[in-house]
Amino acid sequence: MNTAVEICGINFKNPVMNASGTFGSGMEYCGLVDLNRLGAVVTKGVAKVPWEGNPTPRVAETASGMLNAIGLQNPGIDVFIERDLEFLKNYDTNVIVNVCGHSVGEYVEVVQRLAECDNVSMLEINVSCPNVHEGGIAFGTDPGALEEITKAVKKAAKQPVIMKLSPNVTSIAEMAKAAEAAGADALSLINTITGMKIDIYKRRFLLANRTGGLSGPAIRPVAVRMVYEAAHAVKIPVIGMGGIASAEDAIEFMMAGASAVAVGMMNFHNPGIMTEIIDGIERFMQEQGIDDLAEITGIL
Amino acid sequence: MISEKAVVENKEHLAEGIYGAWLKTSAAREAHPGQFVMLNTKSEAHLLGRPISICDIDRDKERLRLVWRVAGYGTDEFSRLEEGDRIELLGPLGNGFDIDSLSGAENIAVMGGGIGAPPLLGLVRQLHGTGLKNIDVYLGYRSASAGLFLADEFKELAAVHIATDDGTAGTHGTVLDALDSSGKAPDIIYACGPMPMLKGVKQYAEENLIPAYISLEERMACGVGACLGCVVKTRFKDAHSRVENARICTEGPVFAAKDVDI
Repeated sequence: MNTAVEICGINFKNPVMNASGTFGSGMEYCGLVDLNRLGAVVTKGVAKVPWEGNPTPRVAETASGMLNAIGLQNPGIDVFIERDLEFLKNYDTNVIVNVCGHSVGEYVEVVQRLAECDNVSMLEINVSCPNVHEGGIAFGTDPGALEEITKAVKKAAKQPVIMKLSPNVTSIAEMAKAAEAAGADALSLINTITGMKIDIYKRRFLLANRTGGLSGPAIRPVAVRMVYEAAHAVKIPVIGMGGIASAEDAIEFMMAGASAVAVGMMNFHNPGIMTEIIDGIERFMQEQGIDDLAEITGIL
Repeated sequence: MISEKAVVENKEHLAEGIYGAWLKTSAAREAHPGQFVMLNTKSEAHLLGRPISICDIDRDKERLRLVWRVAGYGTDEFSRLEEGDRIELLGPLGNGFDIDSLSGAENIAVMGGGIGAPPLLGLVRQLHGTGLKNIDVYLGYRSASAGLFLADEFKELAAVHIATDDGTAGTHGTVLDALDSSGKAPDIIYACGPMPMLKGVKQYAEENLIPAYISLEERMACGVGACLGCVVKTRFKDAHSRVENARICTEGPVFAAKDVDI
């Protein structure tokens, strides 16, 4: 039985990783989760310089999910390389670095810095954060802008490039094709769905940013549908995410076309969830007589 | 820090909307006053842990006492826990009170407003245990009729001064009014309570040139410093974030009042 998957020539011991932003750089969870067991650690978005992020409140619970408007607070690429990437050298897992920026130039500068780092397996380009007003989602909702940034990043990147797509679009297939045409090596989706929550007694928005990104099991059927549509529109591999809470959910995404999966909000609910999902996938393979996950990937 | 199912040992109904419980958990081994835990609800619709401060610690029996106010779905569900129930717990979390910060201070004021009082009980027990004599505890409540929860337990350890919003017990007003009418001049303050009170404590400490340590709260998702949901503005570049933001769950919840912009 083989739980390993290969994406863009990189071997993953299993298809389970965290979704960017829900796991820091692994440091905060390393006392609770054996990072060596994960297919990859996906780091929180990093920019050229430190970002302050948005005012608080930044998070709000919603039915089977949550809204966040962190605003990509991060310590900047210098500290990230010397602290976070250094820390991850202690673990036998792939490192996927999520990159954010306000302009094409800023993304490219971060990608160039990461080209010198030998423990970075892949880059994930965040063109889909709904909580920053410049950059972020602006690149992820217009096919022309997505192609432009994908080309620029690909030119500078040493590692394979995953474009992380936003669900806040009319046609995810069109966005997926635009990224593929511009040279993306893989896609990841979905990022959060823009939402809003109002405290009716205080007559105020729950989030200081007014809107935030919805994640958690509440968005899972939307995510499965979009992974299916994107995976059928392109030939490059797709990493699926959106409310995964169990091994069954992970398998569902793989059958819809995902080569690997990421767990997001549910890490907050249960820090052990990714290892439980890895164990659950193995059990499912045994029960169903599956030797290799390729047998079920994209079977629908 | 551990993630496990804790077992409810004793359930307490302390006052109107105020509940407590002793939980059997190995998290008690490493817990300090001022730290907190995250408790999960059993509902699949309410998935974020609820941060609840640690009120008291029994290391020998590996038990933590939590006291909370019913403020929403999660705390309401917890108020219906029964002896023997199991509940998912993550903790202990945060820095807690640092009594090394006393640095020779002798006249200690401990100020708790409303549901800010519980985490101070463990602190006062610890201070009392070090042999410090001049500990004054100022507790603010809504009204005597709603219940002066924990006041009697504080009285076993320190001099207690009560303030109520409606004047039905102690000083009519806030804990700062109670401090004023006590005539005491503390040389250090530890405080937890609603934001207007903490702002008042910060201002009092700055005017009187004394240190104050305040415990903050904010909406949070992970409790361990990963999500960056629960930050507070700081007066300096934080060592972790490299911006003027510190994580309440990790660098806090207790901060030197002078360091935070509240």
